[in-house]
Amino acid sequence: MEKNITPINQLSWKDRLKSYKKHPGSFILLLLVGASAVITVTVLVYLVGYILIHGVPYLRPSLFSLTYNSDNVSMMPAIINTITMVLLALLFSVPFGIGAAIYLVEYAKKGNKLVELVRITAETLTGIPSIIYGLFGMLFFVTALHWGYSMLAGAATLAIMVLPVIMRTTEEALLCVPDMYREGSFGLGAGKLRTIFKIVLPTAIPGILSGIILAIGRIVGETAALIYTAGTVAEAAGVMDSGRTLAIHMYSLSREGLHTNEAYATAVVLLIVVLLINGLSSLIARKLEAATK
Amino acid sequence: MNINKLKEIVMKYVFLFTAIISIVAVVLICVFLFANGVPAMKEIGFANFLGGTKWKPGNGLYGIFPMILGSIYVTGGALIIGVPIGILMSIFMARFCPDRLHKVLKPIVDLLAGIPSIVYGFFGLVVMVPFVREHFKGNGQSILTAALLLGIMILPTIISVSESSIRAVEESYYEGALALGATHERSVFTVVVPAAKSGVFAAVVLGVGRALGETMAVMMVVGNQARVPDSIFKGVRTLTTNIVLEMGYATDLHREALIATGVVLFVFILIINISFSILKRRGKE
Repeated sequence: MEKNITPINQLSWKDRLKSYKKHPGSFILLLLVGASAVITVTVLVYLVGYILIHGVPYLRPSLFSLTYNSDNVSMMPAIINTITMVLLALLFSVPFGIGAAIYLVEYAKKGNKLVELVRITAETLTGIPSIIYGLFGMLFFVTALHWGYSMLAGAATLAIMVLPVIMRTTEEALLCVPDMYREGSFGLGAGKLRTIFKIVLPTAIPGILSGIILAIGRIVGETAALIYTAGTVAEAAGVMDSGRTLAIHMYSLSREGLHTNEAYATAVVLLIVVLLINGLSSLIARKLEAATK
Repeated sequence: MNINKLKEIVMKYVFLFTAIISIVAVVLICVFLFANGVPAMKEIGFANFLGGTKWKPGNGLYGIFPMILGSIYVTGGALIIGVPIGILMSIFMARFCPDRLHKVLKPIVDLLAGIPSIVYGFFGLVVMVPFVREHFKGNGQSILTAALLLGIMILPTIISVSESSIRAVEESYYEGALALGATHERSVFTVVVPAAKSGVFAAVVLGVGRALGETMAVMMVVGNQARVPDSIFKGVRTLTTNIVLEMGYATDLHREALIATGVVLFVFILIINISFSILKRRGKE
């Protein structure tokens, strides 16, 4: 008799199939698990493919002309507004998010009641749906503070929405900075503030960046929180004017039902932005991983 | 020297102030929602508001029971579709697929999470609504369509949370099961996954929150009729879409009733959030 020795943890396909014959239940589980993966991938490929195929042909230069009118529903003003919106919202949320994370990691003592409360409220903010933010923005910024439908009101609303994202990623990035760095800096006579700004923050920048990129993705894709705060005017807007971002532009187009092709084209632009953002953040994540290894 | 010390102290309080902002935000959101919504509930009457089956603002009838039911139906449907696929996919990603495949699947799941809800809604409108109209009953804008779409939308949430909790299970559990003669599948499904069950459950709860709070995508496929539905092929209105649909032109009590709808949604979400964090904490212990 011939004996062939195969390592026990490296079964050949044949052996596996044989073992599945003995354990049909396991085989069914394998099929189910595989099927779910196939379904997930198919859904994504179909969705992205469908929108690209139907949208790319309509990406005509006229859609990017500087002014919007009802014949040529240009998306350029909406693109400009989206950029304004991202910058404004980040202007509010980044300093507060990073500052809060610095307090939680560098200053607060363990078991502090306040820290617990900050964490719980940040978690709560993460779970609140965007329509509730929209309602709050309408009641507080638009009405109570008399800002009216404006980019500023929209940006302030979104800033609260993305605050926990920036806080959490910054916190994680700060926690990843080895204590050695801080001790070294203190040992050289630097104060706490100097250590934070010259040593800890620069080391944590990639992690913080990935949080900011995530936040940008949420701002670009947001609709429900903006309709009743920033409004839907289709012109390039100043800070105190009402203006629609790209996502709202797409909502208006598909709602009116007259410009379906342009809605497809807008969807393509949104998808490309999302792809870019995801690519960037995974690039940073890979760099981070390489750095920590 | 003194200036430096002063700076240190001042900055400490500046950081403290930024940390408190999230507490302030939650308090402000609660205060403004409740202050604007609760009086309307009182005026309409809690029972009439929550239990009334007629929503006719023109006639002064503000019953949101159909919307509560609509939200529950749509969310439940989304769970029936999204939970099995999501959990199985997370098991696949954590314990079945080779590293190389994982490098492809992870960005795919991230992309699913990153696609804006308006794009999902548009896809639902141009692809899924006609599909349901042709292959099932009704005009296509129905509970079924919304449940299908939301089922897809909650996939990435469920997958990523559940995957990380399955990955957190100690390898020795799996090895022990293998050593006892169980197949790979049996070890994973009867030992590893049960060990991660509170994390997996937390993933489902988070999915419920997403589905319940989703607005724009649902609005484009659900039909938005404010009535108690008698079939899954009929249209319905959810709590979220009720707010967006009518806020544009609502005034006075109508407007306040819409804010009160938001309050009801907010309370639902808070309950879900609390159960999520309890589950997460239990998972850590």
